Amino acid sequence: MMVSTTKSKGLPKASGAVKKAVGSYGKDKEALIQVLLDLQAVFGWLPPGVLREVSEQLDVPVVQVYRIASYYKAFSLQPRGRHIIKVCMGTACQVRRSPQLLNTISAVLKMKPCETSTDGRFTLETVNCLGCCAMGPVVAIDDVYHSNPSTADLQKVFESAE
Amino acid sequence: MTVELQIDGKEVRAEEGITILEAAREAGIAIPTLCYHTELMPHGTCRICSVEVETRGRMRTVVSCGCSVEQGMVVKTRSPRIDRIRKTLIELLAPTTAVDGELGGQMKKLAREYGADTHRFESRFRDRPTRCILCGQCVRYCDEVVGEHAIGFMGRGVDRRAVFFPEKAKACVTCQACFNLCPTGKIPSETDFVVFDGFSVDDYLAGEL
Ligand code: SF4
Ligand code: FES
Ligand code: FES
Repeated sequence: MMVSTTKSKGLPKASGAVKKAVGSYGKDKEALIQVLLDLQAVFGWLPPGVLREVSEQLDVPVVQVYRIASYYKAFSLQPRGRHIIKVCMGTACQVRRSPQLLNTISAVLKMKPCETSTDGRFTLETVNCLGCCAMGPVVAIDDVYHSNPSTADLQKVFESAE
Repeated sequence: MTVELQIDGKEVRAEEGITILEAAREAGIAIPTLCYHTELMPHGTCRICSVEVETRGRMRTVVSCGCSVEQGMVVKTRSPRIDRIRKTLIELLAPTTAVDGELGGQMKKLAREYGADTHRFESRFRDRPTRCILCGQCVRYCDEVVGEHAIGFMGRGVDRRAVFFPEKAKACVTCQACFNLCPTGKIPSETDFVVFDGFSVDDYLAGEL
């Protein structure tokens, strides 16, 4: 379950979640990336308070926690919506008109790529290959892959997303 | 154990395991560096210390700060090829380090010495100049020697930045060890010792760096 981004700001919550994540790897410093992945799954992104907790509880300098968190694309240091839309901009999808698909989604949701909607519902991202080029152009919405969806298909999916 | 090698035609005896750079310096031969520091682990990112090395009749270019001496090595610290490499490296770094078209600190000296055209790549440089060449001396000195971990790298590739963590930087007011290390002069001229306005993790997160 995703925790809404506004709720995740409360620090006691952060420390509890971090304690659980850190504990499940036996407080092993080497598990930093795993811990961050788990927390990213809980909060949807990595808020500053969470990163500082990780640094304290894992006894790793906060500099290092940030370096790792800002290095990998799997982590987000900015708040993200409850639903993540990833439009593939890989070569195969480009050729099959993924830019148009992106434009359509942008227009339907009235938001630009890399943005999170103000109501915290959606984040629109571009990625470089989802690994299923034959299905292109592909968009993954909450990890469900849609092959060349029509505007009506998209609208239906977006409407059903809380 | 010592090994014998030749650096710029001079016969040199050096302790086994030390780097070419260290052996050269002991022999009084200067090699320019931008990311090397005697108290830190070799980093090997700036490549300015490149030299020509001949072993068993084969010539190659290596970074002298990260390559150990070997028996019978023939090292050339200056040659047309080496000079060209250094000149080009400075030219590539120039657009991001120049302030109002002027280089500062160590970079300025090197540019003059190698006759670098500091405007050569200007027209192809589209980013905002960060004035940082990512040599990592500040970051590594704070980690390895001072132990405060007050400054670190964030991001990757062209988005990589050195940023201060103000809450860790209480010691900076009196330490300032990294101020003199920065080869571009960025740190001394852009830090305010306290909140690191425009140089902090919060500025990075706000997308302002
Ligand atoms: S701020 Fe200066 S010392 Fe630090 S990495 Fe950048 S150029 Fe090197
Ligand atoms: S290019 Fe889009 S899935 Fe590979
Ligand atoms: S000093 Fe050797 S690579 Fe920078």
